[in-house]
Amino acid sequence: MIRSYLPHTEADRQAMLGVIGVHSAQELFADIPPNLRLARSLDLPAAMAEPELARHLQDMAKSNASLEDYACFLGAGSYDHYIPSVVDHVIRRSEFYTAYTQYQPEIAQGYLQALWEYQSMICEITGMEAANASMYDGGTALAEAAMAACGAVGRNEVIVAGTVHPHYRTLLGTYSIDKGYQIKEAAWAEGVTDLPKLEQQVSSATAAVLIQMPNFFGCLEDVKAIADIAHAKGALLVAAVNPISLGVLEAPGLLGADLVAGEGQPLGLSTSFGGPYLGFFAASEKLLRKMPGRIVGQTTDHEGTRGFVLTLQAREQHIRREKAVSNICSNEALCALTAAVYLSSVGKGGFRQIAELCLNKAHYAYSRLTALKGWRTEFFSPFFHEFVLHCDQPVAEINRALLAKKIIGGLDLEHYYPELAGCMLIAVTEKRTRADIDRLAAALEAMV
Amino acid sequence: MNFPKELKYSKEHEWIKVEGKRATIGITDFAQSQLGDVVFVELPNTGRTVKAGETFSVVESVKAVSDIYAPVSGTVVAVNEKLNDTPEAVNLSPYEDAWIAVIEMSDPGELEGLLDSGAYEQFTAEGGH
Repeated sequence: MIRSYLPHTEADRQAMLGVIGVHSAQELFADIPPNLRLARSLDLPAAMAEPELARHLQDMAKSNASLEDYACFLGAGSYDHYIPSVVDHVIRRSEFYTAYTQYQPEIAQGYLQALWEYQSMICEITGMEAANASMYDGGTALAEAAMAACGAVGRNEVIVAGTVHPHYRTLLGTYSIDKGYQIKEAAWAEGVTDLPKLEQQVSSATAAVLIQMPNFFGCLEDVKAIADIAHAKGALLVAAVNPISLGVLEAPGLLGADLVAGEGQPLGLSTSFGGPYLGFFAASEKLLRKMPGRIVGQTTDHEGTRGFVLTLQAREQHIRREKAVSNICSNEALCALTAAVYLSSVGKGGFRQIAELCLNKAHYAYSRLTALKGWRTEFFSPFFHEFVLHCDQPVAEINRALLAKKIIGGLDLEHYYPELAGCMLIAVTEKRTRADIDRLAAALEAMV
Repeated sequence: MNFPKELKYSKEHEWIKVEGKRATIGITDFAQSQLGDVVFVELPNTGRTVKAGETFSVVESVKAVSDIYAPVSGTVVAVNEKLNDTPEAVNLSPYEDAWIAVIEMSDPGELEGLLDSGAYEQFTAEGGH
């Protein structure tokens, strides 16, 4: 017998219609113009029994490729890191997994504490004094940081490095339409921001300089020098950072960054076809009140017991909507929780070790690939776990051939940087084994 | 409730101390009592030009966030940086330690539109709206 999962019987529906005095569901929708109604049944196949349906969906799922079956050398803002098993077990607890708008202190102490722990960890790895409870993703966090900087400095020009992720720069442009800030792009050379040109560009009209560290090409920017250039003109430095790199690189807060934004996906979130991801946002104490989004604070109740609440809400949009720096009120609490569980499970030592493995494996891959005929390095700048190589064959062709060998190659940069036609952006995380890297090198060698 | 005689007042609950072309501005004893514990004062930047009636500072208390309006037009020539570390001075010493900014007036004639202490006291007695 096939049972319906709909709770109401036909008799129930008739009874309800009778109470309000209409004869049919169609009559109930009479206010919707006929041309907007679907005058037919939904185009779905016939109903199936559950075992049949399960088999059908499994067959469909088999046509998906997964990162478990392929060696992935594609990064460009989304990275294939190992996710400890404990992460999924913790975040799938229903107290976390099904909680919605977890901000009422009377009912959500556990979640508020978890978010507070997340904020504390973000502060620790970025070297900043305050962090919010999360934002949509790295791109929105950077755009929000640009707005916060304009609000704090009282200027409306931002200079964004051309080495910042192209998607982030597009997003920055989208935000500027409404917010009215002006965007200028800073030139780059050898894969990093051109400092003498930047120095000429930054003026007393500049609210902030926006950089990425490591940048889109994987190269390491001279954060301290850029901070000095910005500060000399009264502008702020906003740094978008890859959190994993902070296991080996100096924290941006200690290099002069005033606001730090970034993509938290590498902290225990799967690549998931591009989302949901995690924007993290941290600020110096001076800019605390310019920070968008929610902030969880630790306090004590009237009996002196430790407790957690949303704090500094007076600066939030629902209190002063028209004066708020930002009108964002959503956040990515479950993704923030994921990052917190990830960081606590790997620990300080593990965090450093993951970063070192990324660094070392990427440099091993770099040395293997640059030794191949037809492949050469594009930028002579230090890099973390991602690098750009130039090859003599079209990148798209190479990637197609690699895919047939169950290898996902690097990003074809031509689409984003026409001047880098023939260049591939290759990422190597701790998940890549020596065998994976050797297999990539052998596959590329076979193509020449 | 304290209403110093030597000051002028605005209906937005600011006090103004006039010395030549310079006007020192803060919020009144009545205003701080209405706001409750002040936790933050957002100061204007020195050098900024303000018009009378324009928001030029923000006072945040545990209860609310209030805009502070410039009672006179001119240029901000000094701000009380001490409020960054001791915003509670607004509650403890609204007329002395907790001045917010000094404006070099561009139109001293605007002072005519302000209240004296008696009129302001009367205004607060009627609810202050």
